[in-house]
Amino acid sequence: MKELKILAVVVFFTLVTYWGVEPYAHSQMHKHVEGHDFTYQDINASGVKGDPAKGKNLIAACAGCHGIKSQGMKAPMDAMGASAAYGVNPPDLSNAGAIFDEKFLIAFLQNPAHTAKAKPNFAMPPSAASAQDAADIVAYLKSIAPKEVSPKEAYVTACGRCHANSYGKWTQIGDIPKTKGNIKTGNDVALAQFKINVAKYQDKLADYMGKLPPDLKIIARARSKHYLETFVEDPQSHLPGTAMPRVGLTKEGFEKVYAYLESTGDPSKPLREKTGPIVLGFFLIFTLLAYGWYKSQWKGLK
Amino acid sequence: MAHFDPNARPFSKKWLNERLAVETLERVLSTEYWIPKNINFLWAMGMVLAATFGLLVISGIFLLMYYIPDTQKAFDSVNYTIMSQVGYGWLWRHIHGVAASVVFLIIYIHMFTGIYYGSYKKGREMIWISGMLLFVTFSGEAFAGYVLPWGQMSYWAGMVITNLFEGFSADFMGGALNFPGLVEWIRGDYVPGQAFIGRFFMLHVFLMPLVIIALIVLHFGALRIPHVNNQDGEEIDFEAEAEKWKAGHRKESKVIPFKPVFLSKDVFVLGIYFLFFFYLVFYHFEFAMDPVNFDPADGLKTPPHIYPEWYFLWSYEVLRAFSKNPGLVWFGFAQVIFFLLPFLDRSPNVAPASRRGPFKIWFWLLLIDMIGLTILGKLPPVGIFTPIGTTFAYIFIALWFALPFITKMEKPVGGK
Repeated sequence: MKELKILAVVVFFTLVTYWGVEPYAHSQMHKHVEGHDFTYQDINASGVKGDPAKGKNLIAACAGCHGIKSQGMKAPMDAMGASAAYGVNPPDLSNAGAIFDEKFLIAFLQNPAHTAKAKPNFAMPPSAASAQDAADIVAYLKSIAPKEVSPKEAYVTACGRCHANSYGKWTQIGDIPKTKGNIKTGNDVALAQFKINVAKYQDKLADYMGKLPPDLKIIARARSKHYLETFVEDPQSHLPGTAMPRVGLTKEGFEKVYAYLESTGDPSKPLREKTGPIVLGFFLIFTLLAYGWYKSQWKGLK
Repeated sequence: MAHFDPNARPFSKKWLNERLAVETLERVLSTEYWIPKNINFLWAMGMVLAATFGLLVISGIFLLMYYIPDTQKAFDSVNYTIMSQVGYGWLWRHIHGVAASVVFLIIYIHMFTGIYYGSYKKGREMIWISGMLLFVTFSGEAFAGYVLPWGQMSYWAGMVITNLFEGFSADFMGGALNFPGLVEWIRGDYVPGQAFIGRFFMLHVFLMPLVIIALIVLHFGALRIPHVNNQDGEEIDFEAEAEKWKAGHRKESKVIPFKPVFLSKDVFVLGIYFLFFFYLVFYHFEFAMDPVNFDPADGLKTPPHIYPEWYFLWSYEVLRAFSKNPGLVWFGFAQVIFFLLPFLDRSPNVAPASRRGPFKIWFWLLLIDMIGLTILGKLPPVGIFTPIGTTFAYIFIALWFALPFITKMEKPVGGK
């Protein structure tokens, strides 16, 4: 049929143009980085077996800076104090054993800056005297790790002390608090105070990192999942020289973080997936009815 | 005073006819608006465009309720408020974004249909010219709209495009065609800022739509007298053929009324189009919503690649193929040359390109060349891409210079 031939020509040229300006052009604009499923092949496994009981005794080395809330250990300094001292607030370690890679952590405890591929001014000092000590501490962290870590908890531990997520109401020093303003003046002193603290923290953080790490509110739309995955696995692979450290997430840990990024950056996805078939179904029926009308109107015309 | 029946019931057909001539209007505009029977689905693109423009207006109205034209708030008003706080706000935005891109695909199909079938000459010049005016205003509208979400590409595309108004370089003709202050005047600032976003907001939601609606009326009006072309470029005596239809010789008549016969096919084509359109809206919208624009505007961080949306790429590549001064000249050439098509085509033939000898080759070369320019316009200008892009730009220019000559030599084609 002639009309189908014409349609085929239109579709062909449309697809060629689409291929050229989308998949092909983007393949030429961005270098391809191969992912390795967070296996950290450059790090050699220590081969030693950790003992959580011994690790518990060694944890004091960590507790000088880090809190472990799940074990009732408060961080020695709050976020503001920590940022003044180190440039950044060290993470609470309650979930560390659940989302970070074991091999990575053992290497990291012995040589943090090198393992994280971070700048020499990296705040964390070497904290385990031997591979055995490191393995013991990691075994302890794994023994206290909760079975289930929520996407947000994973984000807070792995990313949240450098990256705000304003669509998730998260700042580098914690959730934006629910405060009550003064109804007579419209002022909210508590919130203003909180914002000043965030600003102070961000100033210190920017000094420490060289720039303020971006708010990840909608990064799920700005970068592909593949980009984020390979970037988190090794930031240097995309941005050589970046101050962002390799944080050592496991594959599952990354999936948790990504779920959080998607929930703030692309929250309509579930509803979109639900609505799509309904709308398309509607137009399918519309088209079939229209076809019937067209056929009835054009009957006997040619 | 005309005849007014004092006994006519208010708002009855008679009453309305006396005051608004509703039945005459319906006859002239639809039931006795004659369309050739010998057409294919490409003749429905006008209706598809009207429907897409309708989608843009409706979705735009919903977005306008929540959008804030403020450099500090615009990004979040779109990406947070509309995308997550407003019920189905994401749907309106995806419809708006996808329609803004797809409308250009249909415009190009519509244009190339006109070129292929010679629907721009012998009384149809004003249809073509008003259509080209619509193309230009849609382009302005699209550009103004692209600025509004205030992402990285909004900002930097705004920067690059307004820079064009600087004109020729200062060393050319003693700087007579160099307008350094003009760029700042347009922006209202040294860089795109609050004044810039406010101005483009006004243009996007008020002035440009107003002009577009007026031009659509002109475009439809221009169509009414010369009538729609047909697949063979045949000159039809519309009055005589209409009489045949009205006498009941529906099979013999070469025309059909707009309503309901032509409309029934339009609506069917619309149905298929909407299936395609909403598939894109729900499952494949990334092509229309560049990821780079989900990074907030940052005047201190130039994106590694700045490129316009796909529908501007061919003329952008013509600009890029040359150095500054000739680039501007040929860019200007690319913007206006399509307007002149009815006068550059010297052949009296109104026939499909396939029957017009060398023009057939010209048509397909133009199409392929413009697709080539489009693809190269997005590719980084490095390595082999640069000479290929330049070659395509030269071919584009050469094709237009060759057009009067090859059409002048064209042999007359007898109507089928």
